[in-house]
Amino acid sequence: MSLIYEARWVLLEGALNTIIITLAASLLAGAMAFSAGLARLSSIAAVRCIALVYIEVFRGVALLVQLFWMFFVLPFFDIHLEPITTAILAIGLCNGAYGAEIVRSAISAVPRGQREAACALNYTRLQTLWRIVVPQAIPMMLPPFGNLMIELLKVTALVSLITVHDLSFQALTLQQTTMQTAAPFTAVLVGYFLIALVITGIFRLAERRAGVGLDRGGLR
Amino acid sequence: MSPIITLRDVRKTFGPLVVLDGLNMEVQRGEKVALIGPSGSGKSTVLRTIMTLETIDGGEIEIDGESLWHMKRGSRVVPANEAHLRRMRSKVGMVFQQFNLFPHWTVLKNVMNPVRTVLGLPEPEARARAEELIALVGLQDKVNQYPGRLSGGQQQRVAIARALAFRPKVMLFDEVTSALDPELVGEVLNVLRMLAHEHDLTMIMVTHQMGFAREISDRILFFEHGRIAEEGTPEKVFNCPTNDRTRAFLTAVRQA
Repeated sequence: MSLIYEARWVLLEGALNTIIITLAASLLAGAMAFSAGLARLSSIAAVRCIALVYIEVFRGVALLVQLFWMFFVLPFFDIHLEPITTAILAIGLCNGAYGAEIVRSAISAVPRGQREAACALNYTRLQTLWRIVVPQAIPMMLPPFGNLMIELLKVTALVSLITVHDLSFQALTLQQTTMQTAAPFTAVLVGYFLIALVITGIFRLAERRAGVGLDRGGLR
Repeated sequence: MSPIITLRDVRKTFGPLVVLDGLNMEVQRGEKVALIGPSGSGKSTVLRTIMTLETIDGGEIEIDGESLWHMKRGSRVVPANEAHLRRMRSKVGMVFQQFNLFPHWTVLKNVMNPVRTVLGLPEPEARARAEELIALVGLQDKVNQYPGRLSGGQQQRVAIARALAFRPKVMLFDEVTSALDPELVGEVLNVLRMLAHEHDLTMIMVTHQMGFAREISDRILFFEHGRIAEEGTPEKVFNCPTNDRTRAFLTAVRQA
């Protein structure tokens, strides 16, 4: 335990980096998920096609390979990114591709009658989307988005392989410098779990707030 | 005065299925018209094409003397753009079989938000208009409820208020009591009865409530295979139908 106490600043720095990457990558993933998810439902074929290519490429390539590619290959094209920027970009884009399918399916699940009613009330297409369809789709997106964000938190461990000083990186460093294994890895295990718990809590709250008025089925 | 709604030789097909087969139909200003007929005869599709929820494959629809699906650009007639369609839609309101209230909004917001968004009414005016109409349909004590907490009959009355808030010239009612439990039908019909006294409001109803159609309609249109097989005053169509199919349909309905 004393090791953990002595190394607290090292571990906290790692936790901070993990949290920063998680938050920034989640924001990017959210933005990409909405853009690509809505684009998949566009009436313009080219827009649908671009979204589809993005989704399939970033879902279909291992995240580690994406990270390595951005970190080691982009410099050959004279694009030099900070390790942490690389981490946020790769994780955000990859999870955005998964999120896009969540957005698309939730939007499609809003009953057709809602769109027809909005049309009969003379809403424009954009007004229908933002005022009628999306508010009803968001409560459906929240549980899978919560899942996705916890997934995202956990894959941030990969960024230790491109020299980012995240929680996992710090644990590896501690292990190598102190020759102790159990303490550092137990500490980061608890660390990840606590961060995940906070994410879970936030999504629980959001679900409760977003679901007001919407009739949701249950087993009780 | 010209008719408020004119359909001329309107054709609508879904794949191989011909739903409207060269339909001709006119509705006068302030007229109350009931569309009856077997299912699949195209009654609902007529309303949906007038509301632009379905496009048409041929013919012409005019609302208030203006073409719905075409507009003039200079001296040429071109397909309607979205701005034209929105202007035309503003003359028409529609109530659906499944109510289609917005579940994420309270009763008040369901009636108030659309006129705020679409007509740009300021909040106090929109709210006053909404409250008045909600009271008109007898739901003043439900203004802050969500639709999920209301009975079907109450939801349908809100849906009627929501459409009326736009003060449309024409109201389309698409089987508005068909999804209701029998004991809730009356409260919705009472609201329609009240509207039927509005002299200027044109009402086009698709209904299976024969007694009600007979009571409030000026004219009955009997549909079959995407055309009007028989039309006339309620007395004529219900008492002495000339068409065999009308007679068979009415007999079947009465036996049910």
